[in-house]
This record gives sequence, structure tokens and C-alpha cells, in this order.
Amino acid sequence: MTDINAVSNTPNSYKWVGTRPVRHDGLEKVNGHARFAADLSLPRMLSGHVLRSPFAHARIISIDTKEAEAMPGVKAVITSADFPEPHRKDYVSLNLMARDKVFYEGQAVAAVAAGTKRQAKAAAEKIVVQYQELPHVLSIDEAMAEDAPLLHENLITKGVEPVPGKASNIPSRTLFERGDLDAGFKEADVVFEQEFTTKVVHQGYIEPHAVVADTSSDDRSVIWCSSQGHFMIRAKTAAMLGWEPSQLKVIPAEIGGGFGGKTTIYLEPLAAKLSQKAKRPVKIVMSRDEVFRATGPTPGTKLRIKLGAKKNGKIVAGKAWLAYENGAYPGIWGMLGAMCLFAPYDIPNFYVEAFEVVVNKPVNIAYRAPSAPMAAFATETVVDQIARELKLDPIELRLINAVEEGSRKPDGPKYGPIGFKETLEAIRNHPNYSIPLGPNQGRGIASGYWFNIGESSSATVHLTEDGTAIVVTGSPDIGGSRASMALMAAEELGIDVKLVQPRVADTDSIGFTDVTEGSRTTFATGMAVVGACRQLIDELRKRAAMMWEVDIDEVEWMDGNALHTVNKHAPLALAEITKSAKKTGGPLTTTHSLEARGAGAAFSTQMCDLEVDPETGAVTILRYTTAQDAGTAIHPGYVEGQFQGGVAQGIGWALNEEYVHNAEGVMENPGFLDYRIPVASDLPMIETIIVEVPNPKHPYGVRGVGEVGIVPPIPAVANAIHDATGLRMRRLPMSPMTILAGLNQKNGSA
Amino acid sequence: MKYEAPKSIDEALELLESEPDSCVFAGATDIIPQMRSGRPEPKLMIDLKCIPEMVQIACENKVWTIGAAVPAVLIAGDSALKSDFPGLAESAGLIGSDQIQNRASLGGNVCNASPAADTVPALIVNNAHAVIASKGGMRTLPVALIATGPGSTSLNAGEFIVAFRIEQPLPHSADAYLRFIPRTEMDIAVVGAAARITMDKAGNCTDAVIALGAVAPTAVRVTAAEDALRGNPIDEDTLTKIMAAARAACNPIDDKRGSKEYRTQVAGVLAKRVVIEAADRARK
Repeated sequence: MTDINAVSNTPNSYKWVGTRPVRHDGLEKVNGHARFAADLSLPRMLSGHVLRSPFAHARIISIDTKEAEAMPGVKAVITSADFPEPHRKDYVSLNLMARDKVFYEGQAVAAVAAGTKRQAKAAAEKIVVQYQELPHVLSIDEAMAEDAPLLHENLITKGVEPVPGKASNIPSRTLFERGDLDAGFKEADVVFEQEFTTKVVHQGYIEPHAVVADTSSDDRSVIWCSSQGHFMIRAKTAAMLGWEPSQLKVIPAEIGGGFGGKTTIYLEPLAAKLSQKAKRPVKIVMSRDEVFRATGPTPGTKLRIKLGAKKNGKIVAGKAWLAYENGAYPGIWGMLGAMCLFAPYDIPNFYVEAFEVVVNKPVNIAYRAPSAPMAAFATETVVDQIARELKLDPIELRLINAVEEGSRKPDGPKYGPIGFKETLEAIRNHPNYSIPLGPNQGRGIASGYWFNIGESSSATVHLTEDGTAIVVTGSPDIGGSRASMALMAAEELGIDVKLVQPRVADTDSIGFTDVTEGSRTTFATGMAVVGACRQLIDELRKRAAMMWEVDIDEVEWMDGNALHTVNKHAPLALAEITKSAKKTGGPLTTTHSLEARGAGAAFSTQMCDLEVDPETGAVTILRYTTAQDAGTAIHPGYVEGQFQGGVAQGIGWALNEEYVHNAEGVMENPGFLDYRIPVASDLPMIETIIVEVPNPKHPYGVRGVGEVGIVPPIPAVANAIHDATGLRMRRLPMSPMTILAGLNQKNGSA
Repeated sequence: MKYEAPKSIDEALELLESEPDSCVFAGATDIIPQMRSGRPEPKLMIDLKCIPEMVQIACENKVWTIGAAVPAVLIAGDSALKSDFPGLAESAGLIGSDQIQNRASLGGNVCNASPAADTVPALIVNNAHAVIASKGGMRTLPVALIATGPGSTSLNAGEFIVAFRIEQPLPHSADAYLRFIPRTEMDIAVVGAAARITMDKAGNCTDAVIALGAVAPTAVRVTAAEDALRGNPIDEDTLTKIMAAARAACNPIDDKRGSKEYRTQVAGVLAKRVVIEAADRARK
């Protein structure tokens, strides 16, 4: 019974899974009762402020904090000297407080805690930092140039044979290859080679980073913050402080958006250290300006891709050269791009090489299917070009080449059951696919892939005296996961979902749980919940057997009741068993922890209809339809919300979003006025189609749904612009200015 | 920093004189964000919203008087005002967001002196005059003469705008305002264009005033386009001239919101479209 891989019933018989109850945290979010980190206030609490680098690249000659320490209200000032020297590969700790150099405008240099935010800010301005400015690199071309100024003097490129003899701004190279590339291209009837560039963009979560830390005199600290995983906060904060994780307790606050951006730390060790020095709690809240300048956006890229296909539409060869910015320290973004680039298609011969590139910009961090949207921009644009050249329907061309169960991913592993073809067919069969278009209107199709992951999760279920199931996990609720946990628990226990209270517990109160990334929570933490529920059912059967004085094998669990299979006793409801728990062995509590394996790959196919204003270059999205494989949609409403959220962010990325740096490397648009995420009126209602090809590695067939939705929008928009105007857009953002410049060029006028 | 909310113009003028480092405001939708990004804080902030004549809209003897601190939402929503000046109402209804429009005012929009201010071209084409208070008494000045460059105005120390006066339009005359932004709302004009067009029964334009925003250090009149319109039908030929004249009137900056070339090209497009819109309204 406790085998959590056992598939639960048949989908048609689910009572709770697949329903749409209002999320348990919904009312609190609407009425303002939900507590975010910035809402917390403790007695004697101080305010912190971080001093940040005004330069993109400079050596720190000296830092003098004397005058700042004497300012009114100041209780503590810290610099990198207050932290142990980080391990040379602990890029998080190295990033959070500059040591001998600053690597980007906005990097933290010192921090102050004072009675008020104004006092802290005034004092921070009195810290005297002597800099020696250094030449900086802001783009892939600048950073990869032969004689480029170096960020890190000892950085030798990994993944290149022979090992380079001198340092560069290229931390590593990744190579995936298959078959015989030359033979493949020889076989091809049509070959297209194109270059694409994309800009740095930010996740744009509405809640800025905030933290409260209270460090006691025995070097233990309690930290309140919002993040995508408080165990991650504990581990990374401990590393920077030189502490053991167990010295920290991290209490998760509600989170106002993360999208991958809150899978790391920024303020926590600074607040904990300031609190330790000041002997008082310290709160630090970032401004939006700081969020843009100092937290991790997703990389800018330069991508060259070549695809060859036969007349019948079969893609026979693919070659790609990818360069992904990493920001100031090495990352894995190019490698992720290389994993995703050709993943939707079964290409017999390919060669994909990807480079990581460090530049003098904020350190990049995950953003919803990190690196895949840029890769898809390149692949899906060229695939569209091939379809047009061969006069094939763009969906037909994709169906000819689509991967299926048993196909291999570019990085090697085989796919399990996947629903890619089903997403293509769902779009083709949707009425929107045949709506006629008017003048200046275009339709674009694109697909996308994300691999999804499993990792560690824990869940505890305890039954209250009144028969309520409290479901406790260590996964912060970012996209409605509490509702999913409650639905799976209700389904398992056979009780009304209203009798399930899903909770997120602090690091001391639940087993270790990895950060919410890779669309893993409903999959992996969901499995932990199912495991704990199945153990609990065994325990409930045992208790019923004791109450009836029968053998446990004669007790079955069904619809929230213990049933006596030989029908001597009337069914016992869960609440009746909990009421007598004291007589049958005490409280009913179970815990399940696991390392989840077998996350199912996610695919999405999307269709964008838009209109281009030929006189201004402005794009209006007319209709947008997305089909995505969810495995099984536990809560279809929030699954659709994830689909729509990914599309909305992807459209913003496609049309307007970009970091604008001036020649000095200073960001010129660190606010939502000039960093243009879409507003509600920019988008139509995004129509969703949930495709369900169950993942056999999850008891309910779940595959992660959070990320892949952001992969197709950029090429879907670009292909639709081409359909409307004949312009091939290969540079982001596809702003009115870029489109009008393209139209001018095409029309031969200025 | 001190905050005062005087109940009369005289009281406000006294306060303004009492502290040289002071600043009047209405909605503060520009000043507060500016202070947050480093603008020095004044010693005294004087809130003008509690002065009754500054938050009233009235029409007497064919002249509209709009208090300088009236929130944009009331200008955009006043049906009588909107029927006389649909373009001005539109311009007020485009500022920021609903929340911003609950606070933002014409006085603030004019005195913030942003080249991209939405209501300024609309006020200019309607020949709006600002009523300016000072210890020496009241004076009036055409809105076109208030801003002298980005962030600077011709107002003297100790002066502030109390209200705007606009004469009711003639029959067969109408205004319109259009702006271009990369989004659909919550943005700042890359180009703004306002027009007031008066038509005769034959379908010819008898009078025209056209002004552009965000394409020069201050909002600009496009007199060459006005000349091209006067006495002529609004046909392809006239519209081509308007586009060329509008582009010739541009002297924009190149910045993150739009390149010189883009602003100039789109200014022609918006000038054409706004004239068509105003003329359509004037015919009705």
C-alpha cells in the first residue's frame, strides 16, 4: 500500500484531482492578510541599507567606514572583511559582498544597520570607497574578443582540448554531437543558417527581495524571507557566514513571484551579520532599482544555427554555436541552452557547442526554463523558414520531426512517454488555427521543450482531533502548489479537500526539501505528500483494526472510511478514528521524504495571431493559443494559470523587455516605467489547451508545468511578425522601433 | 521636511515666501518618485489640494476654468468638459494609471515641464491660459509659454498656477490627442500629438492648431502643418504635407525611449492621424 509509485485508480475515477477549488491562500492574498517578508516587524528592529558599486568594473583600493559608523542611529557597518574568505568557486558568496574588485554596477560593497532606513542610507553615503576603474566588457563580442579585458585573471576555459594556456572570459564550453554532420548536410535539399541575438531580461517578480534576520549571541540566527526554497537560503547563507546550516532557522514568508529569480540569496547573510554585530534584529528591503541592478536576470545571448532538411520535411542535420552571458561569475546557462536547442526534434546528425561568457553585468540566475527560450527563438525561427521554403504546414513539418517516447535527447537520455505530438495536433485541431487573417495580420507557430527535474522533498501529514488533515511541506507556494498538495491528499485519504489544510513549514519543522525549480514541486513534493498519505492510511487501517479487534488485512480504506471487508462492523470514518487515537496508540502523524526521479519532459506548442501597425511598427497581439502537456492536471485552473503566466512573460520578452546599459556599464532603465513588462491591457485572454499524457513515474501522472510555457512565445511572435510583414526578426526585443526600421529597409525608405 | 496644506491661495503664498527652499505640489506623482531617485528634498512641501478654487471645474460666460490641482480622473470624466474638449479629456485619461490619475493634475503636468507631458499639447491647441498667483497679484500666460525646457518653467519664485482658462470652442471645431507608447498604458509618450480643427460646411478646414509632445525640449506648435490645412480639404495631398511639416518640426533626443529617427517618423504619422480624428469630430 505504501508504494508511492503505484498509480492511483484510473483518471476517470478521481474525485478531487482535476477539480478547481479556490486556493487555500487565496482569500488572504486578496484581502491583504497574507504576510510577506517586508511586512514583518520585530521589537528593537533596525533597518539595513546596502552600499552598491557605481562602476561596472573597478579595483577596490580601500573602504573607510569610520565616518559612517559615527552617523546618527548607526549600530553596525559591514564589508567583506566581516565574512570569511569564500571558497574560490562559491560564486554566490563572492557575488554578495565585493572583495578586491567590483564586477558590475550595483554589486554590494558594504552595508549599514541603523534606527531608520533614512539613517542607514545617509550613513551608507558616508562610507568612503576608493576605486580604481578598470576597462569593462558588456557584450558577448567584447568579452570573447582576443584582447578583451579580463574579469577573472585565472579563468581557464573548461571543456576545450588542449587546455588553453591563458585566461579568458569564457569559463566553459559544452559540446553535444550525434551522427555525421557533413553527411547530414550533404543529404539536405534546403539549408538555412542564421544568427540571433537576445538581451538580458529580468524575471520581473512584483515583490522585491526582503529579509528580517535576528542573530543571537550564540551565533544562531532566525531568518524570515520569501524565496523559492528556504533550505536553499539556509545552506547558502550558512556558507557565506562560515556557519553550519543547523545554526540557522529560516521561516518562509509568502512569496510575491519568483520565476527562478528567488532560487538564490542576496540579502540574508548581510542581514544576519549586521544583526550579529548590532545585537538587534535587522530588516533589509530592496528597492525596485536594486532588484534590477543587483539581482540575477537571465542572460543575453548570441546564437548561430544551421539546419538542413530534405524536400519531404525531414530535418537531417543541425549545427549550432551558442554563447550565453553569465554575468560576473561562471554559470551553466549555455549548457542548458545546448540541452534544449534541438530537443523537440529527432535530428540524426548534429553538432551543438555552447559557451559560457562572463561580462560586467549582474550575475545571471534562473528564469522559467532558463536558457530554453533563446534557444527556441533560433531553432523555431529556422524551422518556420524551412516550412515556408518547402511549402509545408508549420505543424506538419514539426510532426514529421517531433520526438516521441524512445527518442533520445541531445544530451543522451531517452524520452519516456511525452505529449509533444499531442500538443501539435491540439493546436492544429483548434478552431483558432483556421480563423482568417486581415491585412497586416500574421500567425506564428512555435514549440518548446523543458526537461523538468525531481530532487529532494519531504512531507508530513498529521490528523487533528477533529479529523482535519494538516499537510506540511517544505516547498514555498509559488504557483498554487498548496492547492495541488491538498487535492492529492484529499484524493488519497478520500476526504473533502476542505478538510485538508496545506502548510509550508520552516527549516526546523519539516524534512529537507530542495528549492522549487525545474517545475518540480507538484511532481516531487506531491510524491512525498502521496507517500505520507499512504503511510497514514496504513496507520488508520491499523487503528480501525484495533478498535474492531480484527486483523488489519480485513480492513480496507475507501472514501475516507475504514471498511471491514467481512462486513461485521459498520464503516469507521476518519474523524471517528482520530477521536479515539489516544486509545489506539496516540497521535496520527506520518512523514515521507524522498529523492524524486523520473520527472517527465514538458512540451508546449503555441500559436500567436498579431497585427503590425505598418506606420509605427507597433504589434498588437490579437489571439494567443497554447497547448501544453501537463501529464495530469491536478488543479486545472492553476495549470492554466502557469501556461498563461509563461506566455505573458514570453510576450513581454519578445516585444519590449531589455536591460539598457550605457557605455559606462550603468543600467539606464532600472524601473518598470522603462523596463517594459506587459500590462494587462497589452495581452488578449490567453487560450489554453491542457494536453494530458500521464507521466508513469508519478502516482497521478504529473509532469511539471511551470516553465515550458515561456519557451515558444518569442519565436511564435517572431514567426507571426514575419507572416504579417515578411520581416524575419532575429534580434530582441522586437520593439516598434526595430520593426519600423526593418519595414523602412524593406520598403527602401527612411 | 515639513508638510503644510493651506486652505487659501493667500495662505499658500505666505508659506511659499516664508521658506525659500519650498515646493508646491498637487498629486505629487512626479515629485515623490523624483525624490526617491535622488532629487534633493525641500524643507517645506506645500499641498495645494485643500484650496477650494484649485480643485474646481466651472464654465462661465463661455470660458472654462479648470483648477490646477483637479485630479486627472475628474477631467477625463467630466462629460460637459469632454464634449467641448474630447482631446484634452483623452490626454488627461492617458496619464499613468487609474491610481495616478486619481492624484495627478494639469498644474503638475504643466509645471513638471516634461517634454512628454500628455496634457500640454492638448492644452496648447486649445489656447489654454494659466492663471498664475503671486504676492503681486494674478497674471495669465498661454500654456505654451510655461515650460522653457525639460524640467524648467518661466514661473518666478513665489508663483504658482491656480487654474487654467479655456474658451469654449466654436461650432464645427474639435480637438483630439494621440500618443505613441510601446505598451498600451502606464507609459510615457514617445511622441504625442494634439490638434484642434475647425471645418466649414464644404468640408474644408478653416482653422487648425497642431502641437507635438516628446519631440523637442518643450511641446512644439507645427505652424507649417496648420498653414497647409487652412482653407484646404483634408485629403491625401494635405495629409502628406502635414506629415512632412510635423517631421520638420521635430528636434528630439535619442534615448532609451526612442531614437531621433523613430520619434521623427512617428511624429508625422501621429500628426496625420490626429488631424483626421479631430476633423471627423469637427464634422459631426
